[in-house]
Amino acid sequence: MALAAALGLGLALGSERLSIFELTEQQRAILFDIRMPRVFLGACVGASLAVAGASLQALLRNPLAEPYLLGVSNGAALGTMLAFVFFESLGFARPVLAFAGAGVATFTVYQMARSRAGMNIERLVLSGVIVTTFLSSVIVLLTSVLDAARLRGFTFWLLGDLSQATYQGFYLTLVASLIGTAVLTSQARALNLMMIGERDALDFGVEVGRVRLIVFALASALVGTAVAASGSVGYVGLIVPHLVRLAIGSDNRLVVPFSAVSGAIFVVLADTVSRTVIAPRELPVGAITALIGAPVFIYLLRRN
Amino acid sequence: MLSVQKISITLGSRNILCDVTLEMAKGAVVALLGPNGAGKTTLLRALNGSVPVASGEIKLDGRPLREFSRREIAKSIAIVAQENETKFPVTVSEFVLAGRFARGGAFGWETEEDVRAALEALRRCDLVDFETRVMNELSGGERQRVVLARAIATEAKILLLDEPTANLDLAHQAMMFRLIRERVKSENCSAVVITHDLNLAAEFADEILMLKHGAVFAYGVPDAVLNQKNIDEVYDVQVLLDENPASGKVRVTTIY
Repeated sequence: MALAAALGLGLALGSERLSIFELTEQQRAILFDIRMPRVFLGACVGASLAVAGASLQALLRNPLAEPYLLGVSNGAALGTMLAFVFFESLGFARPVLAFAGAGVATFTVYQMARSRAGMNIERLVLSGVIVTTFLSSVIVLLTSVLDAARLRGFTFWLLGDLSQATYQGFYLTLVASLIGTAVLTSQARALNLMMIGERDALDFGVEVGRVRLIVFALASALVGTAVAASGSVGYVGLIVPHLVRLAIGSDNRLVVPFSAVSGAIFVVLADTVSRTVIAPRELPVGAITALIGAPVFIYLLRRN
Repeated sequence: MLSVQKISITLGSRNILCDVTLEMAKGAVVALLGPNGAGKTTLLRALNGSVPVASGEIKLDGRPLREFSRREIAKSIAIVAQENETKFPVTVSEFVLAGRFARGGAFGWETEEDVRAALEALRRCDLVDFETRVMNELSGGERQRVVLARAIATEAKILLLDEPTANLDLAHQAMMFRLIRERVKSENCSAVVITHDLNLAAEFADEILMLKHGAVFAYGVPDAVLNQKNIDEVYDVQVLLDENPASGKVRVTTIY
């Protein structure tokens, strides 16, 4: 219901005022061809990122794990960019390479953060920072081959931007977010045990390796499709699961699906703000989520 | 039941355990004794298949343990180990119900049977009214009892306990061992308990396995194993042995 309200609000508000009953031909185009795919895509991107965040947090036993901070988003961004630069004619190359990039980044951070003594918060966050900055510099190097017009669009996209939304991108993220949420919810009881401890999970009957593979693969797919469509919208995977846990506790069978819905609401609202605060110009939605998300991260880090 | 035949475990180039043999009988509590680093915890972890053996074989009900899935093992064997803190606000009832994972479908929610088993386990561990408390806000002793409750809630026939009384006060130490013993006798289960308290071992164990440098030093009933020579050679301490006037079991007093 709240999701429906947020979607309605997102459709109604914008730099061009629309009346509900009388639409000119041009306004109709704005609503159906520009605003609608954008709002729907925002909802799917939000759901994908929040679900990826919630399940990575449970898997890594760390409420600070977040696709953007772990370098997963940047891995996907680099993959997208490679597709953009080298395979521009192939439509499917963007999400596929984004997924591959997200997967490689996830695996790298995980291997770096693991030590014989286990994995602690400092190692994980630090590994994420290192991978993120490394990938950022590769991305910056690659931007040197772009011309000025594409560069501006690309910079916006890097910060997380829904303005390029198409129905095609929406359908792909819709399918990914639905499948991802359903499968990860089905693993939520195992994740409840993983959240307590990897050894506990093994002792009480969880096939730890299999669950880890499922979560890494699906989180990479969710982040990959989201980033391919809208760039790196940061901190959604951090704030949303955190608020959900505050509201309903830490049982992942509820946290995962609730994060999907709340993530969708959050990004739709953030995007509505980004389109309207300095209308007719707009901000990248990633700037809005980061403005909210960074203080939340600092708060969580201090409380830990 | 579990039977351990001449298992050895190596970690890198180090031999942790060497030729350990152990037969767990129904209705019996085995105390695992030995100084720090003797290989007690490794042996316990090998017993539920989470540490691979280099040679020898562990059998569960006559079938090699390595042929079982994690879920099948978890239905038969429950473990109580030292817990790490979790960063998430997990409640006591969520924690104990997690012990029922192996019995439910992977997708589903807990059944009434699961809830009943969890509540019963909490009641037996003196944790009534703790269900909604958050794990990280409990005292060390309370956490330890919740960990035991989770193991009991599994209704597994074999209990493996790694220093279950380490954080407990005197009353709860006695409660813990009484509970383990009662359960083993009434349900025809068996238990292996690692402890450093020789007197608790003497009181509550049917058999004692003494490890030194990864090998079995002594194995038998408490009266036979707990003698001057064994304790001196395994722990390198002088002790006074006499009879506990309350129970008639052997009593160990360290001479400082």
